[in-house]
Amino acid sequence: MSAFPDHETVTHDHLTPNSRRSGPDARGRFGQHGGRFVAETLMPPILELEAAYEAAKADPGFRRELDFHLKDYVGRPSPLWLARRLTEELGGAKVYLKREELNHTGSHKLNNVMGQILLARRMGKKRIIAETGAGQHGVATATVCALFGLECEIFMGETDVVRQQPNVFRMRLLGAKVHAVKAGAGTLKDAMNEAMRDWVANVATTYYLIGTVAGPAPYPAMVRDFQCVIGDETRAQILAAEGRLPDAIVACVGGGSNAMGIFHPFLDDDGVRLIGVEAAGHGFDSGQTAASLNRGRPGVLHGNRTYLLQDADGQIEEAHSISAGLDYPGIGPEHSWLYDTGRGEYVGATDEEALAAFTQLARTEGILPALESAHALAHVAKLAPTLPAEAIVVVNLSGRGDKDIYTVAEHLGVTL
Amino acid sequence: MSRIAGRFAELAAAGRGALIPYLQAYDPDLATSEAILAGMAEAGADLIEIGVPFSDPMADGPTIQRAARRGLAAGATLAGVLAMVARFRAHDTTTPVVLMGYLNPIDSYGPERFCNDAAAAGVDGLIVVDMPAEEADLLAPHAAAAGLDIIRLVAPTTDAARLPVVLEGASGFIYYVSITGITGTRSASSDELAAALPRIRAASRLPVAIGFGVRTPAQAAGAARIGDAAVVASVLIETLAATLDDRGRATPGTVDSVLAEVRALAAAVRAPQKIKEDVR
Repeated sequence: MSAFPDHETVTHDHLTPNSRRSGPDARGRFGQHGGRFVAETLMPPILELEAAYEAAKADPGFRRELDFHLKDYVGRPSPLWLARRLTEELGGAKVYLKREELNHTGSHKLNNVMGQILLARRMGKKRIIAETGAGQHGVATATVCALFGLECEIFMGETDVVRQQPNVFRMRLLGAKVHAVKAGAGTLKDAMNEAMRDWVANVATTYYLIGTVAGPAPYPAMVRDFQCVIGDETRAQILAAEGRLPDAIVACVGGGSNAMGIFHPFLDDDGVRLIGVEAAGHGFDSGQTAASLNRGRPGVLHGNRTYLLQDADGQIEEAHSISAGLDYPGIGPEHSWLYDTGRGEYVGATDEEALAAFTQLARTEGILPALESAHALAHVAKLAPTLPAEAIVVVNLSGRGDKDIYTVAEHLGVTL
Repeated sequence: MSRIAGRFAELAAAGRGALIPYLQAYDPDLATSEAILAGMAEAGADLIEIGVPFSDPMADGPTIQRAARRGLAAGATLAGVLAMVARFRAHDTTTPVVLMGYLNPIDSYGPERFCNDAAAAGVDGLIVVDMPAEEADLLAPHAAAAGLDIIRLVAPTTDAARLPVVLEGASGFIYYVSITGITGTRSASSDELAAALPRIRAASRLPVAIGFGVRTPAQAAGAARIGDAAVVASVLIETLAATLDDRGRATPGTVDSVLAEVRALAAAVRAPQKIKEDVR
């Protein structure tokens, strides 16, 4: 199997106009979602970024440089692992894990970051800024900035700084400056506000490296394209292992980059159910969730129209999740479109369910999943037993859980 | 003629630029912000800009972020802000009022209903920070039907090729964001302003208001001379904030302190200048 099956899908050149993979339109929209809702100061830079990205996509040299770094630095391809003991314990469908947690820095985040950093270099930008929630995107960004000798500043909500101390320390070791953002609840939404404020003040020198499939166009499509390596590999790997496509693919969704990366190459395969798992927090109806699709409505924030948790007056509400990486009141616009069209199914898993899935995977497969990914596993624990033994479910194991052991210990009543 | 166009025509005839002070609605409470609004015209405001509190003010610095939080804590809603303008209009039918805010509360209210209700309340123009020209079709037809001006923002990053895109369908006045940055941080020099204005003048005959970083009476006078109006925001909020008690509540001096500062700004803007050069 090639390390990079099906590269051409990234350019979408071979796709028919009726493909679900052809979005966004010229206005950066997926159905009613997406767009470019930024202050005028940022319009010229995002249009410049879009032109630079289109030029890079058309340049085989860019693709070669990215493939080289994905293989020899990120460590791709990541394995597709048949989780035999988990499958046996759940008693139903065969469960495969797409092992994105084995990438360098421990999550899928580096796929996108590697693509964007190479683009930033092509654009001659010397200073990189990024927002981060759990710290995985911040660590990935700090890593590539160290690799290429670029200045790096990371914006992280102060609540997240406290609950993700190991990642804060990692970013600092990698040479990044970490700003603890005090506004609001001090989580990912506030970090993104502050990163946009920095960008508007430093547009000439600075590249804003967004970590998820959200924000103004071209970010949702660009980040998706860089994450599609997950789904492209999965398709080739499952065909090699089983001779057919899976019945369902399950991934957690906060902003939704790992889910979009594994879903997108399967959008036109109607037999493959695509299931996104939102963080239900204390429960969908607890008022403490991060379930933008299941409990939000469309609105405009952070450069795009999408489903948002908001009050009756259009004020954005604070999200809640045990997982810092899912603790965001919005979601990428292409997910909103998949939700509206029914192509994607979006369900929820609570904090408690995610914790149970975390310990279950550790016990059965010897893998500590990130709490984010544990939400996807929690849904598989409900889904797999309802399916026959010949059914195949692939779970995107988007990150490893070492960063979460303090949070998990606290919830299990253990003092470290 | 709209109130905004009428006001700029009067001032052009009088040979001076406009002062546009800003207040955040409901900051720190409805009654105080309403008293400030009611006193601003008498203190020398030629137009008034009212900030609509939003949970995520991405273009604003810490001063206006805190003002927005105080406003929301005091119960601000978009409907409440419109009601506040309607009460103001019962006593002042001439001073133009422009609402400045972010798109989501308007989107949530419903763009068409919002434009109709805003016009009925006596609002004259809208500045929607996160709605660039490319996305303005969401609001523009409804605003035009209701007789509201959508004030377009031009930034230092807006190049000559882009100006016609930004100014397509502009009305009322043009808001020149004089720095690349957020509100209340740094100021543009008068040389920078003088260099920036001719290309905007060449692209439009609408009056140009200069905002972001206009803080002192001298800066306001300079901006109103180089452009057609000076928007002063963060420094007025800082003055208000400095009068609040340790629980963030208004004190007896709050309203007067803000209005005294508006008076000082207005005196500088109205001071005799050499005849305003026609830089068109």
